[in-house]
Amino acid sequence: MIRLILRMLIAALAALSIVFSATAQPRFSDSGPEPLLARVFEHIEQNRWGQALQQTDAMIRAYPNFRLAHLIKGDLLLARTQALTVFGQGGVQEAGDKVADLREEAIARLRAYKSKPPANYVPRYLLQLRADQKYAVVVDTQKSRLYLYQNNKGTPQFVADYYITQGKLGAEKVKEGDQRTPVGVYHVTASLPRQKLTDFYGSGAFPISYPNDWDRRMGRNGHGIWLHGTPSNTFSRPPKASDGCVVLANQDLDELAGNLQIGLTPVIISNSIEWLSLDDWQAERKSLLAMIEEWRKDWESRDVDRYAGHYSHKFASDSFNYRSWVEQKRKVNAGKSWIKVSIDNVSMFRNPGKEDYVVVTFEQDYRSNNLDNAMKKRQYWIKEDGRWKIIHEGAA
Amino acid sequence: MTLSRIFSACTLALMLSFLLAGGARADALQDINKLMKQGQLAQALDQVDKHLAGKPKDAQGRFLKGLILTEMNKPNEAAAVFQKLTEDYPELPEPYNNLAVIYAQQKQFEKAKQSLEMAIRTHPSYATAHENLGDIYTRMASQAYDKALQIDSSNTSAQTKLSMIRDLMGGNARQGAAATTKPAIVVAAAEPKAAEPKPAEPVKPVEAKPAEPVKPAEPAKPAAAKPVEAKPVAAPAKTGNGDVTADVTKAVEGWAAAWSKKDVKGYLAHYARDFKTPGGEARAKWETERSQRVNKPGSINVGVDGLRVTAEGNDKATVHFRQHYKSASLKTSSNKVLVFVRQDGKWLIQQERVGN
Repeated sequence: MIRLILRMLIAALAALSIVFSATAQPRFSDSGPEPLLARVFEHIEQNRWGQALQQTDAMIRAYPNFRLAHLIKGDLLLARTQALTVFGQGGVQEAGDKVADLREEAIARLRAYKSKPPANYVPRYLLQLRADQKYAVVVDTQKSRLYLYQNNKGTPQFVADYYITQGKLGAEKVKEGDQRTPVGVYHVTASLPRQKLTDFYGSGAFPISYPNDWDRRMGRNGHGIWLHGTPSNTFSRPPKASDGCVVLANQDLDELAGNLQIGLTPVIISNSIEWLSLDDWQAERKSLLAMIEEWRKDWESRDVDRYAGHYSHKFASDSFNYRSWVEQKRKVNAGKSWIKVSIDNVSMFRNPGKEDYVVVTFEQDYRSNNLDNAMKKRQYWIKEDGRWKIIHEGAA
Repeated sequence: MTLSRIFSACTLALMLSFLLAGGARADALQDINKLMKQGQLAQALDQVDKHLAGKPKDAQGRFLKGLILTEMNKPNEAAAVFQKLTEDYPELPEPYNNLAVIYAQQKQFEKAKQSLEMAIRTHPSYATAHENLGDIYTRMASQAYDKALQIDSSNTSAQTKLSMIRDLMGGNARQGAAATTKPAIVVAAAEPKAAEPKPAEPVKPVEAKPAEPVKPAEPAKPAAAKPVEAKPVAAPAKTGNGDVTADVTKAVEGWAAAWSKKDVKGYLAHYARDFKTPGGEARAKWETERSQRVNKPGSINVGVDGLRVTAEGNDKATVHFRQHYKSASLKTSSNKVLVFVRQDGKWLIQQERVGN
């Protein structure tokens, strides 16, 4: 009788675990394996080894090439026969470097997962998206994370985030071959389909506009910074492993690819994203838009001093420096009886990090008594003595 | 008790004790068992089939058939036999255990694990099943590490040995049942099995835990009741045994030390000229293989404890002990038996096997 009861209990437990594993076999959210990974570690912390293993198996089913998950599985199994003292105990002696890489990966993935930005905060850098810029990409290199935002009638709205790998030597690229990922405001410039690439780049690649005008101005060089995928048998990779590219898992890149517009989608790479509440973001955005409006009006006023007041003394553009540029403007304005400037499709992105500047891009329609000109323009505004000034401008 | 009542009661322990009481049948199975031990597998199979033709439900006979098929290297057929036994006698842990050993050979670790868990569920204190389960976990862990780190630990992963139970309802390893029945099939030393570690080979069934009551330490028993042994039974200690014990202990320690130091030459020097290689292979081949194993990358640590030396005269001794093997990716403990002979004043290993 006792045995019978026991057996019924066991059967009930078995049935439960089947239900559990059936529901744990889901469509995973935007965060990739991180929710599962976090649950595994939670189980481990609570000494629920069986559930931890079950959860790890579910993770491996969902991501068969996830080497980190295999390592955790190894540890969980080994823990049944010996006391564990270090992460990756069974492999640490034979392949200590690889264990260390996977450990870094685990830390990076969990850290980003546990410090997700609150829903009503946005990256400071996305000041103004053009109406036709449907999405924006913001990268946090310290968190090894890429965040995708959707343009919801001018307000950036969080869509998804992905684990990424950056340059072997970290961020702040300066020169060719330094194995660093650039920090700055860029955009996607092309799409290279899988067929044109070796397997190393996985499911595709999207070159970005490094070096931009600012980078060149600062004497930075190098080229070929891409967002790209991973070799087909790879899912795990350490946080710092590329030659400067931003690397995503293939399924993540595929998901992202559908949202990227060539020549349009901004890719802003930061060391550590600054988040603003929507109110603060709105205030900053409005003051910058007002500043651009002031510049436009002052240009129309034909008062060169007021107009030039918006330009930094360090201004440089094409062959001009500040002085020669002002001189040129005076000459031109002498022949004007009226100027009409309208600007449209404005986008504004703040540069992340130490170099505080805002990149403003717009379509400019210039009309005057003796010349009409329509162009796409890009300006770099910096803060000088508490005032925003243009340090560079040119055709975009 | 009538036969029908026993079957209707459906407690195998009782059924078996009845079976054992019917000495003729037990004798028949013992004879078949003996044939198996001698390697006359086809004959053994033939006879066990004949036996089962008359008694198709006989658990002992079917269990023995499973063992014979395993020995014949017919794992799928053997698995089918053990599988059916688990269905008909779900209370018996042994068929589950042996099924697990076969699954492990086929690298179906998940199934092996489930099978062992069933064995333990039926008998929570079943030592062999616990040990085997530990080995399964180690091997599964090792497989996971391979995938995680892209290392090839095939060298180490096969070092664990799973024990196939040779004895249904017998032995000290199982609680409860042992009290009600005497061991039906006594299996003691068969031919020496693969030395541990012998990674190139898949897990081989090795015997474990022969029944306590038939340890060679009971010389008073009549010869007929003796285990089917291939070797002479240990004689009681003779004079001078103290020296033999000390010398042999030293030899074992030296052997383990040479292994730990990966001193291949020193390690091989512990083996006698007439050492019986585990698989019967040529000495040179065996030495090459051992050299590769002992010399593989990563540290090795071999420890021994619980040494029990039984001298047979002044020039031969058998030593039982617990061997603790530890490498970068593996840690196992197992029972080990070394048979030493004295040649030119040195104690050298003539036989090496895993088990009791």
